[in-house]
Amino acid sequence: MPQVTLTVNGKRHTVEVEGRTLLVELLREKLGLTGTHVGCDTSQCGACVVHVNGDSVKSCTMLALQADGASVTTIEGLAKPDGTLHPMQEMFREHHALQCGFCTPGMVMSAIDLVNKHPEGLTEAQIREGLEGNLCRCTGYHNIVKAVAAAWPLMHGKTMPAAAE
Amino acid sequence: MYDFAYHKPASIADAVALLAGDPEARPLAGGQTLIPVLKQRLNKPSKLIDLSGLGLNRISVSGNALSIGAMTPHATVANSADVQRAIPALAKLAGGIGDNQVRNRGTIGGSLANNDPAACYPAAVLGLGATVVTNKRRIAADDFFQGMFTTALEPGEIITEVVFPLPVEKAAYMKFAQPASRFALVGVFVAKGPAGVRVAVTGAGQNGVFRQREMEAALTARFAPDAIANIKTPPDQLNSDIHGSAEYRSHLITVMAKRAVAAAA
Repeated sequence: MPQVTLTVNGKRHTVEVEGRTLLVELLREKLGLTGTHVGCDTSQCGACVVHVNGDSVKSCTMLALQADGASVTTIEGLAKPDGTLHPMQEMFREHHALQCGFCTPGMVMSAIDLVNKHPEGLTEAQIREGLEGNLCRCTGYHNIVKAVAAAWPLMHGKTMPAAAE
Repeated sequence: MYDFAYHKPASIADAVALLAGDPEARPLAGGQTLIPVLKQRLNKPSKLIDLSGLGLNRISVSGNALSIGAMTPHATVANSADVQRAIPALAKLAGGIGDNQVRNRGTIGGSLANNDPAACYPAAVLGLGATVVTNKRRIAADDFFQGMFTTALEPGEIITEVVFPLPVEKAAYMKFAQPASRFALVGVFVAKGPAGVRVAVTGAGQNGVFRQREMEAALTARFAPDAIANIKTPPDQLNSDIHGSAEYRSHLITVMAKRAVAAAA
């Protein structure tokens, strides 16, 4: 069987997989990282979003072998070892940006990528559009958008530029 | 998903040899369409040949052409300063495909080779009169798209880059997105450039992307939204499905074309 070598949350792994093994299957079933969820399995819902080399991707629509040599970050890799939450996680908690919590890991991973890639600031409309690939069946979007806007200054270490408001 | 052997060749020659040696082998670009198709067991390739190791992800501008490598993801095209400067409408189109996660993986070459009748890129490539370059030849956009999910590509032929002629004087793309999939229910790309005035329509045609030549003639005479306000596209050649009737799509083509002309002017 082919082997894939990748770094997940800072730790290097070499794992035997099939050609058809999806990245999300590798994460959940081989590495036991079940924080990454499978919702629709058709690349619509975004519950499976992880970062591959810093870009958010749907891990149900990527082969494990395509991640060979890559650096992957999952929801488990965000908090510090002492348990301190990532600012995005903290703001999701602060703003009650989750109800059932199923979409939350993917939502948080997409939101972090969105904030990272918009150092110039984000409008509410841009946040909503930027989370287009993540579905919340509790329809709790409003608080999610508030949480992302609140995380922006914490992640960039400054207040949101006025032009983006 | 049925199992398959995965190969990631390091040269175009190796990729072509792997494809030539096995008629059941298929190339893999970004996988944002192919992997969902495989999950549904609609296709059973013996091998997937991953093209991501061939260095086909460069964007360059020369005096009279913008060249985009086939494996360039949509997000890279959308955020490229070169593309934004040379053809802003193309950067905007790329930034409106799918969602952020799809745009981080999906590629221009994969989209063109698949030729989904509701994909965005075929409208830009046809509307801008681009050239699809493969490992074997250069194919004009007018010859490349040959019907729904059908292109001029031969078995084992790989798209290496897409070349857009410059300067583009005016261009805009307007998409009426299907609300769930974000694919175009109707999308219209209007451009005025080295290839003349062109109007390319995606999402609507029974045979995939097509040029609306009556609108092209009217816009060549006068580039203004009201020049095409009364031009109707016959519904008998258009798609009709649960998302919209052929008559509805016909109506949308004129509306989207007018908006595109207004945005481009």
